[in-house]
Amino acid sequence: MERKTKIAAEDGKQDLVITREFELPVELLFRAYVEPEIVEEWMGTKVIKLENIRHGSYQFITTDPMGNKHGFNGTIHEFDMNERITRTFEMENSPFAVQLEFLEFKKQTDDTSKLTMHVVYKSVALRDQMLRLPFAHGINMAHNRLQEITNKLK
Amino acid sequence: MNLRRDVFQAISDPTRRAILLLVASQSMTAGAIASNFDTARPTVSKHLQILTECELLEQAQEGREVYYFINAKKMKEVADFIEPFRNMWDERFNKLETVMSKYKKKK
Repeated sequence: MERKTKIAAEDGKQDLVITREFELPVELLFRAYVEPEIVEEWMGTKVIKLENIRHGSYQFITTDPMGNKHGFNGTIHEFDMNERITRTFEMENSPFAVQLEFLEFKKQTDDTSKLTMHVVYKSVALRDQMLRLPFAHGINMAHNRLQEITNKLK
Repeated sequence: MNLRRDVFQAISDPTRRAILLLVASQSMTAGAIASNFDTARPTVSKHLQILTECELLEQAQEGREVYYFINAKKMKEVADFIEPFRNMWDERFNKLETVMSKYKKKK
C-alpha cells in the first residue's frame, strides 16, 4: 500500500513535522478530531473528555492488548473550526514530558485535504526517544516472538 | 570538539543532502560534485569528508581521480530507523480515512 504520511525530523532539533494528504474533504478530516465517537473509532481509545474550545481540555484512556490502561491528556490552546487545533499532549505515568502540537487542516480540493502536525518536544533527546519508540517496540516484539519460539523448543 | 559523526548528523545539513542526491545517480569526483554548488570548494570537501566519515559515501581510486559513491546499505539504515514511526502514523491515518469515508457516503 502507498505510504502517504511524511515525517520531517531534522537532526539536532527538538521538533518534527508529520504531513498527510487525505482523500477526504477538510470538514470530514476535522470532524475526525472533534467528535468523541469518531475519535474513539479511529484512535482505538476511550474518550473521557473532549472540550473543543480554547482553554478546554481532553482526556483519553487506551487499553493495550495486554489489558493495561494508558491515560493521555492535554489542553486546547487554539481551536479554529476546519483550520487549526493547538494543544498539549501528555502520556500519563510515563517518563515522557508534555509535548506541544500544532495541527493545521488545509483544503486541497473539494474532496481532498492535508493535515500538518508540528510537534515540539522538551528536548532533542526526548524527541529522538519518541521517534525510536515504534522502532524499539518492533525489536521488542521480534525479541518476544523469538523468546516464545525458544520456550517451545525447551 | 567532540562532534557526533553519525548518519543523522550527516543528513541534517541541506548541502550534504543535495550531495547525496547528486551522487546517488552516479559516482563522481570531488571536483564534479563541487561544480554543482556555489559553495566554496573547501566547504564542499568538508561535507564530503563528513559524509565519508559517516560511511554514507565511499571512495574509490581510479587512476589519479578519487570517485565518491553512495553506500546504499548505510542509506537504508537511515531510512529504516524512522520507518516504524512513519508506519505507525500512516496506519493511524489510514484508519481515520477509512472511518471518515463511511461518513462521506452518509452525507
